Amino acid sequence: MLLGRVKGTAVCTFKAPGMDGLKLLLVQPLNKRLEPTGPLQVAADVVDAGPGDLCLMVRSREASLALPEMKFVPVDLALVGIVDELEVRPDRSFDFTLRRGWNPYT
Amino acid sequence: MILGKVVGTVVTTISHRDFKNRRLLVVQPLGLEGDAPDDDFIALDNTQAGIGDTVLVNREGGGARMVLCNPDACVISVIVGIVDSVFIE
Repeated sequence: MLLGRVKGTAVCTFKAPGMDGLKLLLVQPLNKRLEPTGPLQVAADVVDAGPGDLCLMVRSREASLALPEMKFVPVDLALVGIVDELEVRPDRSFDFTLRRGWNPYT
Repeated sequence: MILGKVVGTVVTTISHRDFKNRRLLVVQPLGLEGDAPDDDFIALDNTQAGIGDTVLVNREGGGARMVLCNPDACVISVIVGIVDSVFIE
């Protein structure tokens, strides 16, 4: 599950069966520092996100599970939440390396 | 499953019903010395983990649905444990 910024919408008249009635939004996948991490993608909207919203996205089969009633629709990216607050501590306050020997964490 | 460090929290009021009354945490995977760090991701909290905890994360939908006891949960990453220590040969 990852963050994404809604950049626009996509309108398709001819779609796979089961996908009609789905709102398709153009999203930019982001990392924890809100930097783009890949090309724009199209996501199925479940939470009525608007342009410019920071959203929570889910990929693969779980995206089709997130859709309200249609099951196993050919959708692999869905918007499942609109982020209101994002608090991320700076990297320097953590140690992400696993060293040889004993790594106590508590 | 992978080892990760909780580095942040995400607050969403409007979200899918499967995410209700559970916390969403930003997790940065741990790595050996000299390895390029993996991408960070967001996981659903199942063990009351907080920022700064080292956690065990299950990143597969099937396992997540079992942990959440919900056969239709649209969740991939779930925190399934808080790590006390790690020993590496």
